[in-house]
Amino acid sequence: MLKSPLSSLPLIQLWRLIVTSTVLLLFWQGIVVYFEMPPFILPSPMLVFEKLIANYQLLFEHSLVTISEIVLGLILGVSMGLLFALQMLLFKPLRAWLLPVLITSQAIPVFALAPVLMLWFGYGMTSKVVMAALIIFFPITTTCFDGLRHTPIGYLDLAHTMGANKWRQLWHIRLPAALPTLASGIRVAAVVAPIGAVIGEWVGSSAGLGYLMLQSNARMQIADMFAALFILALFSISLYYLTDFLLKRLIPWHLEQKGH
Amino acid sequence: MSICLHILSASLTYKKAVAATFENLNLTLPAGSVTCLLGPSGCGKTSLLRLIAGLIDIEHSQFADIRCSDDQPLNQRFAYMAQQDLLLPWLNVVDNICLKERLLKGKISHSGREAALDLLRQLDLCSIADALPEQLSGGMRQRVALARTLMQDTPVVLMDEPFSSLDAVNRYKLQDLSSVVLEDRTVLLITHDPQEALRLSDQLFIFDDQNKLINFPLPRSATPRAVNAELGEYQQKILDQLRVQHA
Repeated sequence: MLKSPLSSLPLIQLWRLIVTSTVLLLFWQGIVVYFEMPPFILPSPMLVFEKLIANYQLLFEHSLVTISEIVLGLILGVSMGLLFALQMLLFKPLRAWLLPVLITSQAIPVFALAPVLMLWFGYGMTSKVVMAALIIFFPITTTCFDGLRHTPIGYLDLAHTMGANKWRQLWHIRLPAALPTLASGIRVAAVVAPIGAVIGEWVGSSAGLGYLMLQSNARMQIADMFAALFILALFSISLYYLTDFLLKRLIPWHLEQKGH
Repeated sequence: MSICLHILSASLTYKKAVAATFENLNLTLPAGSVTCLLGPSGCGKTSLLRLIAGLIDIEHSQFADIRCSDDQPLNQRFAYMAQQDLLLPWLNVVDNICLKERLLKGKISHSGREAALDLLRQLDLCSIADALPEQLSGGMRQRVALARTLMQDTPVVLMDEPFSSLDAVNRYKLQDLSSVVLEDRTVLLITHDPQEALRLSDQLFIFDDQNKLINFPLPRSATPRAVNAELGEYQQKILDQLRVQHA
């Protein structure tokens, strides 16, 4: 009944990724050639690639800004969501008060808040970090709360008969049991956080890939814009797969929800 | 170290329930022997065990006067074994067996780990000490759960249909094993399987439809009893009695 811990799955995934991107690039080149697209509407992949090489210094500097915003936003958003979920779990009377706040935080379109955030936190990185954190706050909080609340009752019974107090139960039973659910929340967050950061940059900034895209667009340097977009997409995809890989390594177990 | 347990006037009424699940039940668990409660599903036998274990939520109306023969409170001097093995999937076998120490002291001492390994050797589980639960078969997992129960080293063991999710062969093997390793413990075993009750118990009660406990006479042979013609006759008697109740 022993199962092998690591299969060759990541390799297959990488292979699929390469094939898919090659096909997409060929399709793109095909459209440019067939419809005779002018470079200021749709630049060819080759042209974008040339821009990538030529502007790598500039792209690199701005990428660093955006990446830091995304990563900091993720850290901030995940820790805020976790704390919020823990509060709702531990202090039952608070739950009834906090839940509407949580729903409201999702009902107001976060994009609409972007100008306000600029006003409060300035044009620097802070407003983008907050933006990214806000946009992932809801999915993280709900998945985390669900995970913490749905600890298999048998585990808690067992811990109770062993005489474990509430805090030990939280630390040794509830939290680890919630990790697989939390992990799926973090996966979603890793995909959504870049959107928050870039929107923030569009609304007002002096650095970052979003800023670069707007600037290039205004100057009709569409190939440069695509280069920035390419980097952004590449980073978002890598972030997702990296997160997924790390989470699978750190949290290899699944909960069996049987009985009770 | 084995103690005798008296449960006096145990009553339980679930919130929103029309009638009491049971009322004024008295039950004595003789020291170092297996007492078995047999009854159909939903008769309240599991509720009684959970009441003794303190697992019934305080919102339900409940009472039980539990007295130990040594005049000390029962508190945590019992181990609980459920139908599910309840192995924590993120802990390996040894860490699962030492769960109580981890929960009470935050970490597992060297001596605790050594004791767990000794126990694994005794149960012939040495080779899987570092395995994760999901790598094990159902029978193995329930054996690890038994090891965790033994590791708690309590005079009283409460078992709630611990073998009912196993296949016939594994169930038989585990019944034999637990009969040996739980020899000097005071055990309360809940089951709906007449054969299991007959094989393991030193004292057998049937939960009847008025929620009273009826003592059922047992063969004189020592536990674990073999499944033979005599046991078959007893089993038939039990089934007849249960069928009358069902009607």
